[in-house]
Amino acid sequence: MSFAAFNFVPVILWTDALIFALLAAVLVLVWFIRRQEHLLAPWRAVARRPMAMGAALVLGVFVVIGLLDSLHYRERLPDSPVDAPQYSVEVLSVFDALVSGLRIRQEKTYSAPLAMQLYAKEFIARDGATVRDYPRLQYGGAHLKHAGDHRPDIVRRALVGLAQGLAVGLLLFGLLAAWQGRRTQMDFGVWLTAWGAGWLGWPGRTVVLILAIMLMLAGVLIQLASGYHVFGTDKVGQDVLYISLKSIRTGLVIGTLTTLVTLPLAIGFGIAAGYFRGWVDDVIQYVYTVLNSIPGVLLIAAAVLIVQVYIESHPELFDTAAARADIRLLALCLIMGVTSWTGLARLLRGESLKLRTLDYVEAARAFGVSHSRIISRHIFPNVFHLVLIAIVLDFSGLVLAEAVLSYVGVGVDPSMHSWGNMINGARLELAREPVVWWQLGAAFTFMFALVLAANLFADGVRDAFDPRLGGRR
Amino acid sequence: MTPLLEVRDLVTGFGATRVVDGVSFRIAAGETYALLGESGCGKSMTALSLMRLLPDGGRVVSGSVRLGETDVLDLPERDMRRVRGGQMGMIFQEPMLALNPVIKVGEQIGEALLLHRKLSGQAARDATRALLDAVGVPDAARRLDSYPFELSGGLRQRVMIAMALAGEPELLIADEPTTALDVTIQAQVLDVLRRLKAERQMGMLLITHDLGVVAENADRVGVMYAGELVEEGARDVFFASPQHPYSRMLFEALPRAGDGGRLTTIPGQVPPLDGSLVGCRFAPRCPHAVARCRSESPDWQEMGGQRVRCHLAGTLPANGVRDVTVQTATPASRPLLQVEGLKVHFPIRRGLIQRTVGHVRAVDDVSLDIQAGRTLALVGESGCGKTTVGKALLRLIEPTAGRIALDGEVITPNNIVALRRQAQMVFQDPFSSLNPRMRVADILLEGMDALGAGAAGQRRDAVAHLLNQVGLPDDAGGRYPHAFSGGQRQRIAIARALAVSPRLVICDEPTSALDVSVQAQILNLLKDLQNDLGLAYLFITHNLAVVEYLAHEVAVMYLGRIVEHGAATDVLRAPRHPYTQALVSAVPRIEPHTGQGIIRLAGDQPSPLNPPDGCHFHPRCPHASEVCRQTYPGQTDLGNGHWVRCHWVVGQDFSARSVD
Repeated sequence: MSFAAFNFVPVILWTDALIFALLAAVLVLVWFIRRQEHLLAPWRAVARRPMAMGAALVLGVFVVIGLLDSLHYRERLPDSPVDAPQYSVEVLSVFDALVSGLRIRQEKTYSAPLAMQLYAKEFIARDGATVRDYPRLQYGGAHLKHAGDHRPDIVRRALVGLAQGLAVGLLLFGLLAAWQGRRTQMDFGVWLTAWGAGWLGWPGRTVVLILAIMLMLAGVLIQLASGYHVFGTDKVGQDVLYISLKSIRTGLVIGTLTTLVTLPLAIGFGIAAGYFRGWVDDVIQYVYTVLNSIPGVLLIAAAVLIVQVYIESHPELFDTAAARADIRLLALCLIMGVTSWTGLARLLRGESLKLRTLDYVEAARAFGVSHSRIISRHIFPNVFHLVLIAIVLDFSGLVLAEAVLSYVGVGVDPSMHSWGNMINGARLELAREPVVWWQLGAAFTFMFALVLAANLFADGVRDAFDPRLGGRR
Repeated sequence: MTPLLEVRDLVTGFGATRVVDGVSFRIAAGETYALLGESGCGKSMTALSLMRLLPDGGRVVSGSVRLGETDVLDLPERDMRRVRGGQMGMIFQEPMLALNPVIKVGEQIGEALLLHRKLSGQAARDATRALLDAVGVPDAARRLDSYPFELSGGLRQRVMIAMALAGEPELLIADEPTTALDVTIQAQVLDVLRRLKAERQMGMLLITHDLGVVAENADRVGVMYAGELVEEGARDVFFASPQHPYSRMLFEALPRAGDGGRLTTIPGQVPPLDGSLVGCRFAPRCPHAVARCRSESPDWQEMGGQRVRCHLAGTLPANGVRDVTVQTATPASRPLLQVEGLKVHFPIRRGLIQRTVGHVRAVDDVSLDIQAGRTLALVGESGCGKTTVGKALLRLIEPTAGRIALDGEVITPNNIVALRRQAQMVFQDPFSSLNPRMRVADILLEGMDALGAGAAGQRRDAVAHLLNQVGLPDDAGGRYPHAFSGGQRQRIAIARALAVSPRLVICDEPTSALDVSVQAQILNLLKDLQNDLGLAYLFITHNLAVVEYLAHEVAVMYLGRIVEHGAATDVLRAPRHPYTQALVSAVPRIEPHTGQGIIRLAGDQPSPLNPPDGCHFHPRCPHASEVCRQTYPGQTDLGNGHWVRCHWVVGQDFSARSVD
């Protein structure tokens, strides 16, 4: 194989393929929107909102991590010959390679955030005698000679990280100012004044501030993570920070791929019901009323169990554990999509009912324009803003739904890193004394950051697109 | 005499935009002061400033508003609540939106009584009934327990008035109180307002764009333009000799009977009020403007009983009498469109299996002929089925029965393309009739593409030609509808209809959403197009002034049927059907009424779901007799193509020959 020279073979999981297909679709959409003045105008309004832009930056970081985590490969086993290579069964991603330190440095069991000792006492041999004490961690704080150095070392690393982040932030800001100044033909000083006064026409201050905060946070994290487990370790001694970061991809996949399943159903059925009315409307309404009456969790549990059985009875189809977990994730997206299109469909049906009576649709009918053309030219473009609003609003709801489903045990595969699984794993440890809180805390922090950013961004998008709030159509 | 209300230099702004800019006027007790102007001139904002009910972002920048002894703008919000409703009552334009749909009418009025007169229980109920009686709501005691949706538009507006009167205000602000109502109902409501004002010695601020309403109701008139008051005077003086060029052009833009000439239009639009205005605000649109007008804002000039803000006041040529040309009767040619026995019945379905339990007879046996190159106006109040006729002709609504023939060829679902090429429609609301997501050129191309009109390669050129034809700039094709004003949008809609070169255009109230000056532009355009292209129009409207200006023939509809039909001059000058007579006399006019007194119709149009037996009009008819209650009248020919469906006319006019 030609990849032999690189010591790895790329692996394309189903969800990877779909994620990159989605990315391509989004890029095409962006290109299309840039050419349509009426579609571009509300996005410009979004770009003028400080809150939305700040949230978009945070979301951007999550998305980049998720995308890096979607480039999968398998390493060549070190002792296999180059001409007949054998590859590891473990599927890794580019993101794993970037943070390999976090992945490899595995402890024995629980340890608290930034600790240098395990969380439980053990019999250890010290100076020839066996004592019962907290053993030192294998990696966390291993560079420290004395326990007394622990706190000063943390402070020092945090400060260094802060300074590094700030320095990178200032450098970037300087580059930005120089570039923007050149682009707008402004003097460097003039641009800085305009930036400080908020006269740029885009929320420069917020963007720079959020960027600086994120860079400083990243600096601190990088500095601390090189010597400690920032969020502690879990039962099998894995770094919780690493698990949390790996969970980002799962959350994003659930949030985006489910929408991908939802959209065709919602748009197709919703517009058809509203536009054609009559028996088409009746049938579609009955379908979604029935679907809505089945408890969603029940349907999802049944579907996930069926997929589980299928995977176990066809082991030959899946060569790695990752592929098995991945197909289960995809199945979860599918079934969640099938159960969650009704809300948007109902919204689109109502809007289409209103639009079909408008004079411009009547005028088109007076010309004998065909139904498909009326729908594609008159109805769909005028409900598109609803679709967009629904996508961004649903995203955060889906991320949270995954957590709940995994907690109940019908979510993603237990071997897959996800916030739901982290919470599920932390459940029993919450009862223990002293309590193991950091798994829950980390999952909470990451989920909160992602969902809050998504919600704030969604707010901005809705305000810009909703004509009732004064956004220009 | 100290005025009831005195407004001095009122300035209201939204950010840098000054929507009301230095407005001063006074209203005495028992006086009606009319604020006149086109939309966007700041009339409503003036009223809302007085009530301190400005929308978000708006605030009174400076000026004073004195109501009796109190300065309204200085009051704390708590005291202001007592003034609103207590000393100043307000009636809003849209009676549908101004009443809470889930509270009974009696309770809504009672709420105001409790607040301002501390009445509750039986006392409040009695007072409410007295108020409803005062505003002329029939059977007031029963209406107390009605919900707003059970009342018709006219009754709702009366309930609104009763509510505004509950606090016994000294000043009543009526913001376009009758714009949403039909003429016969408008006449009723205006009667009520006039009577109440006289009985209670209230001051009234009447905000309207309708010169006719002003002429019949106001004592004094103020004309607003672009946030400023530009002319003020007593009604008689103002109507005899308006001084400001804007006021004059408003008069000249009105279509009038037998006026075959072109209407005066006001070019351009109201300027944006963002503070960069120098000189007279009307100067860019004024035909008399001189250099001084553009540099220096004019001051008030007193002229007899009038005040006017114009540098040229008094020096302008006298208001010329327009030459009245008699409508040259084009010889009747062969009919382009023939409609016989058109019926549109909408089934009403109830119950689990959607059984049909009845029909709304929206259109019930309508027959029409339209000649090539001529205009037939279809007149009637809202809900009489005139729009349904238009849509059924184009088969946008499938007719229940009837024969439609175009050029002698009967239209069936098989040859419907022929119909679509020959007949097109222009809709009422230019804001909902253009897809906001399509460029103008695409809008115009849609019909040509769908019907395959013209060679595909030449369609782009055809678009440029069309834009030119309706008086839009060449680059309009590349822009989206939101970049255009209401009048320009209506031009686009007309161009869209013309794109497939039809011979008949159905115009469904094409000017009712537009201001007077813009209406004049559109009417001129329609007339020019008719002369140039030989178009036939079916003009659906409730505005009789427009009919007189544009139409050759008129058909009057009432509850799904045509009750009178004939040449425009015959029907409008000498109406025979009692309904037509009432309709014609109810239109507020600028000139003093001549001849017979005004006929006021009682009640509202009944529902087409359950029309009255016999003649549909008999419950409201002043001449109804026993035979009217039993049989629907046949057609009575009055000669010269003028016919009417009325028993009373038959009895009155023995010479008339009854057919069918």
